[in-house]
Amino acid sequence: MDEFMAARMQMGVSLGFHIVFACIGMVMPWFMFVAEWKWQRTNNPVYLELAKAWSKGVAIFFAVGAVSGTVLSFELGMLWPTFMKHAGPIFGMPFSWEGTAFFVEAIALGLFLYGWKRLNKKVHLYIGMIVGISGVLSGIFVVSANAWMNAPSGFDWINGQAENIDPVAAMFNKAWFSQAHHMTIAAFSATGFAVAGVHAFLYLRNKLEIHYKAITIALAFASVAAVLQPISGDLAAKNVAKLQPAKLAAFESHFETQEKAPLVIGGIPDVENKDIKYAIKIPGMLSFLAHGDFNAEVKGLEEFPKEEWPPVPITHYSFQLMVALGSFLMLLAVIFWAGTFKWKNWLTKKWWLKLLIIATPLGFVAIEAGWIVTEVGRQPWIIYGIMKTKDSLTPMPGIQYTFYTISAVYLLLTFVVTWLLSRQIKVLHKNYL
Amino acid sequence: MAEANLLILVVSLLLYVVLGGADFGGGILELLTKGKASGVVSRAIAPVWEANHVWLILVVVILFVGFPSVYSTVLTTLHIPVLLVLIGIIFRGSAFTFRHYDIDEVRPKAIYSAIFQYSSLFTTFFLGVTLGGIILGEISTNYQLGFYQIYIHPWLNWFSFAMGIFMVLLFAFLAAIFSIGELKDDKQVAYFSRISKRLIIALVLVGSLVFLSAQISGHSLFSDFLHSPASNVSIVLATLALPLLWVLLNKNKGNLLRLVAGFQTTMIVSGWFAIQSPILVKIKDDVDITVQNSSAPYQTQFYLFIVLVVGVLIILPSMVYLYKTFHFEKNGTEPY
Repeated sequence: MDEFMAARMQMGVSLGFHIVFACIGMVMPWFMFVAEWKWQRTNNPVYLELAKAWSKGVAIFFAVGAVSGTVLSFELGMLWPTFMKHAGPIFGMPFSWEGTAFFVEAIALGLFLYGWKRLNKKVHLYIGMIVGISGVLSGIFVVSANAWMNAPSGFDWINGQAENIDPVAAMFNKAWFSQAHHMTIAAFSATGFAVAGVHAFLYLRNKLEIHYKAITIALAFASVAAVLQPISGDLAAKNVAKLQPAKLAAFESHFETQEKAPLVIGGIPDVENKDIKYAIKIPGMLSFLAHGDFNAEVKGLEEFPKEEWPPVPITHYSFQLMVALGSFLMLLAVIFWAGTFKWKNWLTKKWWLKLLIIATPLGFVAIEAGWIVTEVGRQPWIIYGIMKTKDSLTPMPGIQYTFYTISAVYLLLTFVVTWLLSRQIKVLHKNYL
Repeated sequence: MAEANLLILVVSLLLYVVLGGADFGGGILELLTKGKASGVVSRAIAPVWEANHVWLILVVVILFVGFPSVYSTVLTTLHIPVLLVLIGIIFRGSAFTFRHYDIDEVRPKAIYSAIFQYSSLFTTFFLGVTLGGIILGEISTNYQLGFYQIYIHPWLNWFSFAMGIFMVLLFAFLAAIFSIGELKDDKQVAYFSRISKRLIIALVLVGSLVFLSAQISGHSLFSDFLHSPASNVSIVLATLALPLLWVLLNKNKGNLLRLVAGFQTTMIVSGWFAIQSPILVKIKDDVDITVQNSSAPYQTQFYLFIVLVVGVLIILPSMVYLYKTFHFEKNGTEPY
């Protein structure tokens, strides 16, 4: 593995690790908040128990998310110093807001976790809401900074230097909104299904009220998110079609520019022969999805010099996987609503609980795939159309070793967190038996 | 505008040293006392733990937004010690939380404790080494030179190591002083007072070692210090605070002790800054990185300042509320 590949892999591993903890850290506080709110309204102690059990999970995920986020804020400069030197002053604004929002979240979480006895009941509840709001805001700010890399704006690039910097225009770049809603909804969907899946597993073993209530709260969020996600995804794809046509073409392994472009489902891209094998093709559908017109022309990869193509197979497979998983989760959401309003007995049936268990990791797999789609799909650029990733690499040799080290550390941490949570869950059960 | 943001950066760094430092020091103190301090440390820092560490993120953000070449140059040349700090931060942060939240079982907790303690020591030491590397001026941006010259030599020297040891003692000292206010038992208070006094003596010794090693490493720290009136005043005040601390330790005044120790640390940090200013990073074979030549354009600094002011207006009152809720309690009830 060469230096450049190692640096990209290290960034990928660090982000891929962090994104899971960050999503849970921004969504779970909302579940906690609802559980506590329900407890205060109904006086049913099960809700309090649930809020407290969840808050332990949140504390663990938040702490690991905080340290891995801290690491990222350094890694950007340790791996891509040239990029940060130019980009820092331009896209720094959302990062500064993110710092503020994260700070508020950290303070509020401290109050929430340790303030059960110290704080007034109402105050405690509101603080729970502040944790949730600041968590979501910090997520949106970070995504806005990433969106700037896809749709750079707020500066003029003159002779390899950024001039006339406008940090506000950079923050509200053309990709920020579509990326922000897509990511936020994804976080709610993934976390909700993950939490519901864990409690479905426990409910199947032991029909306790707490698990049923947990599934209901988690799915109340996740099901809305999962139904909204295809709409959000459609808007995001239209935006990509406009701003980064090469990326869209890579999603679909769309090599030739054509009108009535087909939507490609599945298949194995053959980059050498500019073809895709074994795929299902729906004529005109890609034109419609990208531009809202079945006859519209969709630019193919052939329009771009080959050295500016993103790695097609990875982008293609990740995109297909993301869409497939998103569709499956939407289906589960529809079943959940049907069960809630019409066929109430569905929600305690074995097949439904088993479906939920299967869905436990799927939202996060979709998030990882989507993240690969955004990041790998932008290659070879680090700032789209302005700066290439390889030109911003650190001059320090031996990045392979830092990559191995960081990967080993995160792998270890993944094992420990999983083990820790499984023990927590076991104890939760023991307390009831 | 750049100066205003720099000031906020220095204050954030200071708060990280004082608050985050007390918390790093907690781990070191546990190690020094062979676990006796464990309960005290956990109780004192758990609620404020996360918030204390965000100061570092604020410092990093101000750096890459407002002074991007400082950020890029330091993270390129001091890649190795910074990586060690980061690995330490990962282990420390996770182990602390795991220890707190794992269900009660003796064995894993002992392992978490050991990781927390040793990584506190390790992280603090390399934080000092990194700072030493920034101050010393052996950083070179001529990347044609060999690996050793660019990536090792700037931090592998006596001065950086003395800085590392100084940081370890300073953080342990802060933790010891901060813990005294949390203690109810007179025996424990006496024990922590004794540790604090020993740490003060060690700090004075290693502090002079820092100056001495700077001389050995060919740095003019001492003469720079003599020529900077502001830093003379700071160091004199920091030194004058020592006997005061001693008296307060004998009288067991918890909150006043914290205040004086905080003041003393402030003086050390501002003394260092006065020596250094307006240079941010000394470069061996090129122009030093200063506030002026590294500052982002006005527009960026302006908006950064606005965000920071709004941020501070939100964060400081919340922080005070957080501390008020969990600290400075006179009655003997458990906080949570």
